[in-house]
Amino acid sequence: MTGGFAPSCQSLGGVIALRDEDIAFSKETAALQKQTDDRRADYLAGLASFKAVLLEGAEVVFIVIAIGTAHGRTFYAGLGALAAFILIAPTGLIVHRPLVRVPENALKFIVGLMLTSFGIFWTGEGIGADWPGADPRAACNFRDDRGGIACCPLDARRRGGVDGGSYR
Amino acid sequence: MKFIRLAIKEIIGMFVDDGSLALLAVILVAAVTVGVKLLSLPPLVGGILLLAGCIAILAWSVRRATLRH
Repeated sequence: MTGGFAPSCQSLGGVIALRDEDIAFSKETAALQKQTDDRRADYLAGLASFKAVLLEGAEVVFIVIAIGTAHGRTFYAGLGALAAFILIAPTGLIVHRPLVRVPENALKFIVGLMLTSFGIFWTGEGIGADWPGADPRAACNFRDDRGGIACCPLDARRRGGVDGGSYR
Repeated sequence: MKFIRLAIKEIIGMFVDDGSLALLAVILVAAVTVGVKLLSLPPLVGGILLLAGCIAILAWSVRRATLRH
């Protein structure tokens, strides 16, 4: 289960404030700009970039290993990851401005749901569970997760979460 | 040294947002694995317990946050 999935459930349920990446980026940039005379700013800037790239890089490694080793095709899985990087890098440079308008919290919720579903599916396969329906079963896990989680935001709103909750 | 500690803390923070949720998830996976491999629990039952357990842990985490806020 991804760590960001629970907070995205909480924000969509109105329990905590929705995360705004634009505001978060502006705050971090302002904090770094305040310390331009401080040598620590070099470390902070390096650390910020290090964090972002390390996390995404680790995800790529896990995906390549998970997909590649299952069928003994790690090399081709790695080539696929490399091709995706070559495609996404210039795409990100071109569309990074319009991407700010993508509803981040809903996106995180959906991505977290998918990762959790696939994680449960693969862990189950790892312990030898023969899921009925094989691969399409992962989609059912997605539905079950969504059903279980859909109750939580409603419950949070009933208890009076932050500003009644609003979806972005 | 302070920078190294800060870097390690940031790296751990990237993977573990809610420590309790992460710990419970690890315990659940370990318990199901022990059940299947050592206690002859049917693997499919283990998978179903895994699914139900993950949903329960997530619901508990959201409820805990609700009570906190």
